[in-house]
Amino acid sequence: MLLLIPLFPLVGFVINASVGRRLTKSISGGLACAAMIASFAVSALLVSQILGHEAAPLEFTLFEWMASGTLRVPFTLRLDHLSAVMILVITGIGSLIHIYSTGYMHEESDSEYARYFSYLNLFASFMLVLVLGGNFPVMFVGWEGVGLCSYLLIGFWFRKQSAADAGKKAFVVNRIGDFGFVLGMLLIFATFGTLDFQLVAAAADSRAIEHGAIGVITAATLLLFLGATGKSAQIPLYVWLPDAMEGPTPVSALIHAATMVTAGVYMIGRNAVLFSHAPITLSIVAAIGAATALMAGTIGLVQNDIKRVLAYSTVSQLGYMFLAMGVGAYAAGIFHLYTHAFFKALLFLGSGAVIHALAGEQDLRNMGGLKKYLPVTYWTFLIGALAIAGVPLLSGFFSKDEILFKTFTSTNPYRLLLWGIGMVTSLLTATYMFRLVFLAFHGERRSAAHHDSHGHGHGHAPHEAPPSMAIPLIVLAIGSVLAGYVGVPHALGGSNRIEQFLEPSFAVTEARGRLEAGGGVQSTDAAGVVRPVAVQDSHSADAGESTHDNTSTELMLMALSSGVAIAGIGIAAFFWLRNRAAVNAMTARFRGPYTVLLHKYYVDELYDAAVVQPIKLLSTGGLWKGADAGLIDGAVNGVGQTVRSTSNVLRRVQTGSIRTYAASLFLGVVLILGWYLLKFR
Amino acid sequence: MVPLNYYLALSGVLFAIGTAGVFLRRNLITVLLSIEIMLNAVNLTFVAVGRYRGSVDGQIITFFVMTVAAAEAAVGLALIIALFRHRETLSPDAFTALKW
Repeated sequence: MLLLIPLFPLVGFVINASVGRRLTKSISGGLACAAMIASFAVSALLVSQILGHEAAPLEFTLFEWMASGTLRVPFTLRLDHLSAVMILVITGIGSLIHIYSTGYMHEESDSEYARYFSYLNLFASFMLVLVLGGNFPVMFVGWEGVGLCSYLLIGFWFRKQSAADAGKKAFVVNRIGDFGFVLGMLLIFATFGTLDFQLVAAAADSRAIEHGAIGVITAATLLLFLGATGKSAQIPLYVWLPDAMEGPTPVSALIHAATMVTAGVYMIGRNAVLFSHAPITLSIVAAIGAATALMAGTIGLVQNDIKRVLAYSTVSQLGYMFLAMGVGAYAAGIFHLYTHAFFKALLFLGSGAVIHALAGEQDLRNMGGLKKYLPVTYWTFLIGALAIAGVPLLSGFFSKDEILFKTFTSTNPYRLLLWGIGMVTSLLTATYMFRLVFLAFHGERRSAAHHDSHGHGHGHAPHEAPPSMAIPLIVLAIGSVLAGYVGVPHALGGSNRIEQFLEPSFAVTEARGRLEAGGGVQSTDAAGVVRPVAVQDSHSADAGESTHDNTSTELMLMALSSGVAIAGIGIAAFFWLRNRAAVNAMTARFRGPYTVLLHKYYVDELYDAAVVQPIKLLSTGGLWKGADAGLIDGAVNGVGQTVRSTSNVLRRVQTGSIRTYAASLFLGVVLILGWYLLKFR
Repeated sequence: MVPLNYYLALSGVLFAIGTAGVFLRRNLITVLLSIEIMLNAVNLTFVAVGRYRGSVDGQIITFFVMTVAAAEAAVGLALIIALFRHRETLSPDAFTALKW
């Protein structure tokens, strides 16, 4: 049963990739959607079996993948509470985005359409392997697979130079992170002798927490975190994500907002025990998360491309998730991942509907006044924006407040600074999101007429999305409102069910016996029983009797962040709805900071100067002209040259005189015979 | 009965004369004749040793050598005629084109 979840999309991929060219759009698209929906149905069925707090994870071992010495890597899929949340997000939101894609990609030719859906299915399959993998190598298969699909889909319109470049950039930047991931994985194997997540957690738990010392766990988790920064677009490896917007918009929604980029967050959650034993790593994770959230938020404030604003918003929200992970609030991070998947997918799909309606226009400066043309898109987009801004009673509010509250009450020495950055980012989030809403949907239409010439030929009035696109928008909008209610905090009279639900995944399960018994070999029936001891110091401390003391703090923080969210919206309304002239005045006044933000802090230029150009220089000057042309070609040509000059000398021996040849022949025979005669006398 | 060594000595002398002729004579036809002398020196050795050992092997191989010598003379003379037509001389030193 467990195998069916990634298998359905894989079958969809195989069919669409092999015979998709000859299928009509409705068949190839329908097939891809059916595969996702089937996968979702199986996921829902299986998740319902493990809903209870004490329920054991489901396991399925396909085959023994690697067996060498003490290394035992079975191809194990494991469904526990954490992966349950993930597979529901992937298959559920994935299905909606597949359905949306059937409308969005309809302009493509049949074969391109099939190619698109085959990639999308392949992505879903790998992503499911990533979250279901029961050990590091299986997770790594998915990890690399989604990276490949991300590359293929960013560069889907590969005839466009910028799209091909963006795909390459994503691939190369991700390699840097993957390098860290592999090293971390190897270090874990060298230290603990196993790669199974549960066994690693159990083994790590038996060690002391590495307070203030850089031990082997700290090193391993830092390497893993490097992998996470690559995949989840955190400082310093976030640069690929904004460029990834060259891909089709549903791809941005699925891969670069809802699922793949959250893989790093998931990976930390999966190894929560390990990370909890490395407080230094956790502090770094929190710091990087907060810094990324703030930095991306400020950049998002001034960008003019609708998708780029959303991309920076994604980077910023991922920063929030890492902040949560870094302060040990794993459940809060996953909770935000889950709600973010809804509203960010919604926002991307909404922006896709806008781009679709305007025949490819992405520049906010050429939009405006779309509210009356695109009512469904407008209202759903507005709900998404309200949710991400953290307006009370929508999903983003619950998850974001949970993170801010956990940060505020964490044991991190810089918790107030981190919390402050979180609050500022929250303000920025509300502001840039509503800047987007007001610029795109309100005010006067500022269309650039020449854009209507290419594209659909639907005339000048923007057209509302077709039902295949509108329905996913509506479903996601409903989700964006309601998704947060699984995690209503205690302070508001809820019970924070998602946190309780996820808790077993972040604790050590009773896997010790198996560790001693059989190394990494797993049997399907020996599922772990949850041990009630939670390991996170910060998070389990306030789950106990101190809850009541925190209620008032939490309520106060909640009121504060709601106020911040509404203030952000107010700022946006003032500048971009009421008083556009003030924007120009502000940009004129703060020309310097504005230019820096518009150029994204010149990070791309910095990387270009610090990394790309030196590598180019080294490759051109050193490796190409020095090593290849100089050393290797030199050796080959040198051999030829030597033979030639030696022959020039030796050919003088050939006089052409028959007598000389005969004499040397005779002399040779005499010498050889003479030698034999003397020797065998 | 004449001892074997006498035959071998005669054969050596003939071979030396032939060799000297090959190296020293300035006429290709004489060179060819010198080669025949060398071959016959070898023939003499074969026959003498065959007789000494009481077997006919030496005589049999002599027939083969004579056959080869006849063929060689035919080919050699044909070549010499061709060369003479080409250069109007029979001196081996005139033909040095076989070089770099």
